[in-house]
Amino acid sequence: MEEKVLTRHFGVPDLLRIEVYRGQGGYQAAEKALKQMTPAEVLEEVKKASLRGRGGAGFPAGVKWSFVPQNIPKPRYLCVNADEGEPGTFKDRYLLTHNPHLLLEGTILASYAVGIRAAFVYIRGEYETVARRLEGAIAEAYKVGFLGEKIMGTEFNLDVVVHRGAGAYVCGEETALLESLEGKRGYPRLKPPFPASVGLFQCPTVINNVETLSNIPFIIQNGAEWFLKRGLPKDGGTRIFGVSGMVKRPGIYELPLGTKLRAIIFDQAGGMKDGKRLKAVIPGGMSAPILTEEEIDLPMDFDSLVSAGTMLGSAAIIVIDQETSILDVLGVVSRFYAHESCGQCTPCRIGTSWINKIVKRMVRGEGEADDIDSIIRLATNIKGRTLCPLGDAAAMPILSICQKFRRELEGYLRHA
Amino acid sequence: MSPEYSAALRKKIDEVASLYPKKRAALLPVLHLVQQEVGFIAAAEEHFVAAALGLKPIKVREVVTFYTMFLRRPIGKYHLQVCSNLSCSLLGAGSLLDHLQRKLGIGVGETTADGRFTLSEVECLGACEQAPCLMVNFDYQGQMDKDKIDRLLESLE
Repeated sequence: MEEKVLTRHFGVPDLLRIEVYRGQGGYQAAEKALKQMTPAEVLEEVKKASLRGRGGAGFPAGVKWSFVPQNIPKPRYLCVNADEGEPGTFKDRYLLTHNPHLLLEGTILASYAVGIRAAFVYIRGEYETVARRLEGAIAEAYKVGFLGEKIMGTEFNLDVVVHRGAGAYVCGEETALLESLEGKRGYPRLKPPFPASVGLFQCPTVINNVETLSNIPFIIQNGAEWFLKRGLPKDGGTRIFGVSGMVKRPGIYELPLGTKLRAIIFDQAGGMKDGKRLKAVIPGGMSAPILTEEEIDLPMDFDSLVSAGTMLGSAAIIVIDQETSILDVLGVVSRFYAHESCGQCTPCRIGTSWINKIVKRMVRGEGEADDIDSIIRLATNIKGRTLCPLGDAAAMPILSICQKFRRELEGYLRHA
Repeated sequence: MSPEYSAALRKKIDEVASLYPKKRAALLPVLHLVQQEVGFIAAAEEHFVAAALGLKPIKVREVVTFYTMFLRRPIGKYHLQVCSNLSCSLLGAGSLLDHLQRKLGIGVGETTADGRFTLSEVECLGACEQAPCLMVNFDYQGQMDKDKIDRLLESLE
């Protein structure tokens, strides 16, 4: 049946304490890697496990690591992306709150594989309490020699620093995160060069999401084969789905990749709250194009969702009921991106705020006949014309709402 | 420089700066520290931080004005930050905001005359399973309704 991996030990009291984590087998993978495996072997195992990034883009973690050049005389860095700003997403908060040592062990393993000596955990500013818990775990790890100099008696050294953001969605984008970590505005960089070659302080840098790194100890401890069996042949492992909105039991559900969306909503999350009827679902965080009720018999994995014209993203499922007006949904979506656009690229800066103005006008009952087409034109003009994916992230859900719910939206126009 | 900053703060700033290969990288953490002590980051604080990290004050201003969590003027003792993103809106964030505005007699972005409460509307706080949610300073409060808000306000002296 459904076997949990990442959340398996969540019920264990005091799991955030290092001795309790060790009592559950914690840090055995790190010890195995540092004492019995070469960095290349660790990297190879993660590659074989087909672990795709859990932050949103789904890029294979092992492949990302292998892009880091080993032959240039510069330090290499690891940035743990704990910015978790995608609306609907809260899984990393659970991982960090319940099991911070799992992330630290994954951080040790990734750093060992890539030859990294310093790691920074970029955590969103609002997670202040969570950041303090993580700092407590880091202090414990230093104390027993699992971080710092000569880790576990080997020649491997690693320092980990927690770095709090300060409220900017765009900083979840990896190059904006780097700028922010360097003490600047979170303005995304032009790519290439990619962070693997020119990243933090102009040095080769790996950026991985919290959930991605939290999977590494299990891959090293149990092997890539074991990990692949818990997911799909091309997508190893489980996924932590976050369900919120109009459901009976909102929360996180760790399930194999490929679990049906309908089953997650109705079996896991208990179905619709207060007997309401389902209208639409956002399957992968707010940036993911919306799905109608007829479209939710879908396996939740990267490729199936792309085939359905949407994306798995951060696996954050937001459930919308029939009584909610789609115009109100569009209002929240367009306001959010207008607020969070960093302002660097004109199509995104101007486009998101124009769209927001038009939608606000529609909400006031003053929508004009061509407003929906104007929104579609503006969103289309953003798509693919910005430095970073925030532009696409704004355009995609807005376009999908306008296309799939056009008739309802037309009903809100002045001369409808 | 008019304000006095504590020796503990100065020491902490040096400690944090030493964690990074380049001092400037400590800017966000240092601003958090200063805001924690002073309550906000005005021009004097920008100059203080700039001097501590060897930056031009404009570089600090650029950052302070980019990030929503840095406050440029004093706010109330309790900062009520109500999420109105999608999951919270679906479950009634709008009526909670209305209730808070009526109850406190202030609008969004304002502070009560007694200096106790500042009310803000914010984007997703990353606690959607607890929708509708809000933050009181750094403390998360979930599954809010009007009764819970009333009790919460009474408990905050």
